[in-house]
Amino acid sequence: MSDFHHALKIVDELCIGCSKCMNICPTHAIRVRNGKARLMDNRCIDCGECYRICPVSAIIIEQDDFSRIFPFKYRVALVPAVFFAQFPSKYSIGRITQALLELGFTHVFEIENGARLIRQETRKLLAENRDEKPLISTFCPAIVRLVQVKFPALVHHLMLLKPPLDAAAIWFRHHLEQQGASREETGIFYVTQCAAKIAAIKSPAEGEASPISGVINMDEIYNKVSVKLQAAEEDHAQANDKQVTMPGSADVLWSLTTGESSQIPGKRMAIDGVHNVTNFLEKLEQEEHPAFDFLELRACDESCAGGVLTTENRFLTAERMRSRARKCAADESQKQPSAMLYFDHEILPLLTIAEIKPRSMMKLDEDMGEALRKMKMIRQILQMLPMVDCGACGSPGCQALAEDIVQGRAMMENCIFIQRRYEQKGMLKPEVSAEIVKKIWGANKIDNENK
Amino acid sequence: MTFTYEIEGGNFSRAGTASSDIKKALKQLDLDYTIIKRVVVSLYEAEVNIVAHARRGTLTADIDPDRIVMVLDDQGPGIPDIDAAMTAGFSTASSRVREMGFGAGMGLPNIKKNADSLNIQSTVGVGTRLEIVVNF
Repeated sequence: MSDFHHALKIVDELCIGCSKCMNICPTHAIRVRNGKARLMDNRCIDCGECYRICPVSAIIIEQDDFSRIFPFKYRVALVPAVFFAQFPSKYSIGRITQALLELGFTHVFEIENGARLIRQETRKLLAENRDEKPLISTFCPAIVRLVQVKFPALVHHLMLLKPPLDAAAIWFRHHLEQQGASREETGIFYVTQCAAKIAAIKSPAEGEASPISGVINMDEIYNKVSVKLQAAEEDHAQANDKQVTMPGSADVLWSLTTGESSQIPGKRMAIDGVHNVTNFLEKLEQEEHPAFDFLELRACDESCAGGVLTTENRFLTAERMRSRARKCAADESQKQPSAMLYFDHEILPLLTIAEIKPRSMMKLDEDMGEALRKMKMIRQILQMLPMVDCGACGSPGCQALAEDIVQGRAMMENCIFIQRRYEQKGMLKPEVSAEIVKKIWGANKIDNENK
Repeated sequence: MTFTYEIEGGNFSRAGTASSDIKKALKQLDLDYTIIKRVVVSLYEAEVNIVAHARRGTLTADIDPDRIVMVLDDQGPGIPDIDAAMTAGFSTASSRVREMGFGAGMGLPNIKKNADSLNIQSTVGVGTRLEIVVNF
């Protein structure tokens, strides 16, 4: 049914069916059945809230195996600024780069090197664009998906411009090709803090080939680099920062909250946190707000510093990045222009997104009459439900249960209040209600008295 | 299918509740977003009018497969000159209301612009009745 790749997977063997993920999911994409969390593919936006909250690490983020880098002659680690800020500032960027090279990469390139081009293009789009304001940044792929599934009316506000990640990947490919490397010899591996980025790379919008060869989770590389850094505490003290192409001070902060919006002229605003963004988009849909030119919306609290695959505390990460940017700004007066200035003309046409289509999860039916009939049924069912949103039915709240019933995904008796009511009236035997509860929560939660 | 809401005069913090609810319903029907927007914008303006001017009011929204009919009935000052009220920029809102970002005199004109039909009946000192229709 769904042609969207998801990076988040639930491991049944580990899932204890606690429903924490179900209750936190911003798009109500999770149900509990047979004691296990179930993901509804067409609703999941890969924001990773479930991954964060799972108490038993039963939700995993699919990645490419690290060994996949080795068949390539040129092995590029494409690394976000957030990665360098995972480590205490006593480890210089040059040293962390050195550790990455020791792991087997031949090149390390920082993603924020691509921000300059994106800033330039965003400004251009804003100057041209009169009708679609506010432009909503497409930097955060979880937000793009949130708009697609929950706010289809706002899809045309999404800015059709790829993020710095793509600009950096395309640029580095060009750069290596200039030096004689062929496409097949070059493997570009993105070290990511983000499940949604993985999903976006694995299912690019228009079926075009991604410039990125593979994705490796940041926590894994963090562990590997930490080992190298500790093993070589004495070496590389002099590791040279100049071996890396460094983004400018403003670009370093691109992935933090206000990192984009502060670089864009006009009336703009930044919001982080997927639930905060959802609340704001509800308002925006109703046009209750004065007109904005540009909205920077990020799913994670503290934006990418709070990415689900980061290890360090997000506030510390953000502060290290700000401190780096301050230092960088002080040095900038004597700096050479970035190497990224080359190939602009080759890269620019590749940075446009052709189209982003709405894929509403809200609609009850394709047929209007049928949808109306279902809506009426939902209202009738809601009047019978207790409205306590306890989740004991295996759906995230009474409204969701009513929708599930109408769509054939659940039955009235899934509600434990309805069960009591039916039992009182003699319409349902206690053994049958026990069976129903077992079907939702698994037999062991009912049968196992000594759990 | 009928939705009914009570709207309380002066309660600006709740203004928009009904239009938000109706919006959710229309999204479930998968209507074209331009139509949803027209419904929501016109309903929101009408809701704010009651909050800003009247003591209280009710909204009844009837949705069927072809259209939505929204009737807003309020107990309030009424509109002495409907033609003037329909003029863009004409406003009788108090300075307090204006300070809150409302009362720019665009309410009724904006409703008319977004609705397929708008019918206003008003009795000074008694109240106003708006019937807004948007076809699907």
